[in-house]
Amino acid sequence: MKFRDLTELAGRNLREAILRNSLTTLGIAVGVASLVAMLSLGVGLQELADKRLSRSGLFDAIFVAPQSNLRGFGRPARQPAAKTAKSEDSRPLDEEARKEIERLVNVVEVYPEFRFPSDIRYAGNSYSTLVASVPASARSNGAFEGIKGAFFSAPAADEAILQIEFAKELSDQPDTLLGKEIVLRYVERQVSSAETGSTGAGAPPASDASAEAGLPAGIFPGLSIVPREKTLRIVGIVETEPTGGFGGFGRGRVLIPLQVAQSLRIAQANDLREMLRGASAKPSYATLTVRVKSPAQVQSVEAAIKQMGFAAFSLLDATRSLRVVFAVFDLLLGLFGSLALAVASLGIINTLVMAILERRREIGILKALGAADRDVRMLFFAEAGAMGLLGGIFGVTLGWLIGRALTFGANLYLRRQDLPPIDLSSVPWWMVAGAIAFSIAVSLAAGIFPASRAARLNPVEALRYE
Amino acid sequence: MTTAPDGVAIRTDRVSRHYQMGPALVRAVDDVTLDVRGGEFIALLGSSGSGKSTLLNLIAGLDRPTSGAILAHGQDLAQMSSQELAQHRSRTVGMVFQAFNLLPRMTLEENVELPLRLAEVDRGERQARVREAVQRVRLEARLTHHPTELSGGEQQRAALARALVNRPAILLADEPTGNLDSATGDAIMLLLREINESLGMTIVMVTHDRARAERFAHRILQMNDGKLVSDGVPS
Repeated sequence: MKFRDLTELAGRNLREAILRNSLTTLGIAVGVASLVAMLSLGVGLQELADKRLSRSGLFDAIFVAPQSNLRGFGRPARQPAAKTAKSEDSRPLDEEARKEIERLVNVVEVYPEFRFPSDIRYAGNSYSTLVASVPASARSNGAFEGIKGAFFSAPAADEAILQIEFAKELSDQPDTLLGKEIVLRYVERQVSSAETGSTGAGAPPASDASAEAGLPAGIFPGLSIVPREKTLRIVGIVETEPTGGFGGFGRGRVLIPLQVAQSLRIAQANDLREMLRGASAKPSYATLTVRVKSPAQVQSVEAAIKQMGFAAFSLLDATRSLRVVFAVFDLLLGLFGSLALAVASLGIINTLVMAILERRREIGILKALGAADRDVRMLFFAEAGAMGLLGGIFGVTLGWLIGRALTFGANLYLRRQDLPPIDLSSVPWWMVAGAIAFSIAVSLAAGIFPASRAARLNPVEALRYE
Repeated sequence: MTTAPDGVAIRTDRVSRHYQMGPALVRAVDDVTLDVRGGEFIALLGSSGSGKSTLLNLIAGLDRPTSGAILAHGQDLAQMSSQELAQHRSRTVGMVFQAFNLLPRMTLEENVELPLRLAEVDRGERQARVREAVQRVRLEARLTHHPTELSGGEQQRAALARALVNRPAILLADEPTGNLDSATGDAIMLLLREINESLGMTIVMVTHDRARAERFAHRILQMNDGKLVSDGVPS
């Protein structure tokens, strides 16, 4: 029998016992819906976690430091003797190194991090806190998602974003701080004639002069520090502190644009350390943050940086563990969802076995008119497949609706807690196609026994059946 | 399909069909040998349980013999695969039954079209074939009616149209007038004779009704206890 005739006859048969077939199809739909709802929840939570982690800027970033700064941390297990003999031999993290890292494949940007203690003046009062630099690319960082006010208007704008707790210290009504000015008091490293090179603004001066002169520690020709002030306008207030580079979480309570931080030429802790070591004649950075195109490229870039002789650290392993957890979570949800579909498949078997009993005579007539065993088998298969297809489509729709209802309920709760809304479930196209295909496959599998039984019916006995 | 070179449409050669019913062996058809020539109208007479319907089912390819050979146009049905037997039922023979066996949820037109679907006849050709078959049994006006909306005679004529639609060489009729009144039964018999004469179709008809058999058939075979006991022309 041709496919079109087969589907027409199957459709006609399904319509004839519409109530029973509809109930069976509904059973399949509920099974598929439970599967889709479970999986959509798993996938939705995974996407939510991925999105949050990705926006945190932690999982597509590699934090680079000179090996001497990071003893035993992110450092290759074995080092050549020449390199490990003296910490002074480790490669400085200077502008040249920054550009070299920037040229690596899949690297999006490389920027230094400035974090320094400061004295903030506001309304005649003084407040001690940590100030941190923020690159322009951090605009999409999750920490700035619920910002009150705005992100920096320009990469070099004299603006500041305050962390809410610090803002509360400045004023009982933090929102009123927006547009107000604060004075940042800091220590500037003065450029002297002994300083060689002028690579990154803000990078510390080298102490090559003292090294060459063989001066004892504590005497630093070419380095002088001067207290300075900078007036900044408050443009935003954030709930959470953006996660920092290698410096760790919660890096600063006053955030300023990276370019502004660089222009301030702030004296940092590693300036003194580098000078004491006399390791390099050039200015260098304490740490660099390397941002790659996607978390998938972190491993290769991290390895390349380590080969260049720097210590590198990423949270890649943490994401891997997270993915394993989600894979197991999805598997368990899928298994629970499949149980309902397994029960539904019993419904298909029952419906088709009943249909054989009812249509015994009809099968006999079909065979008498020239239907082969294969035709009868295919007819029952087509009916099972059609119920699977319809059940799959309804089930996916129902599962999607359940997911939306869960998201709606969760967001109602989150709104009451004054938290931003989330997308709890996700039904990607692969899940739609997969669930429908799975539904058809399960239905066909359930149809094997009844279809074979119908095909094997003896036509003479079937024709005698009343 | 044409008849075999020797003009024999159906040949059974020592055909037996035995059933095991518990400890008893039932010899439904027992060592039957006969030839039916192409274009013949044969009536198979016998009492209930004589084996005539079983023999008809064997010729139709609905059942397989326990032993012996059944040749339809030279092809041995006993040696055919299940698929080949289905093709034989679809293309070589057409069947009508005492109980009509129309599918109640299909219209007359759809019932008649069903063998064409099973024989994978092109859709473009189907309508003309259905019309031709329905015209032959004079039921053009009832195409859209369901079997429950037809009289017994009309249902049997519809079943006859369905049996003819694939243009088989052999028509097998199992008690075609058994469920009909006398006048309607005669009308069906006239129709069968007309088909036999105009199309040259071989007809094997199982019946209880000796009078009708003698009136319409060319040859009468008598069965008893599974055996062919007589073979002759109507008196």
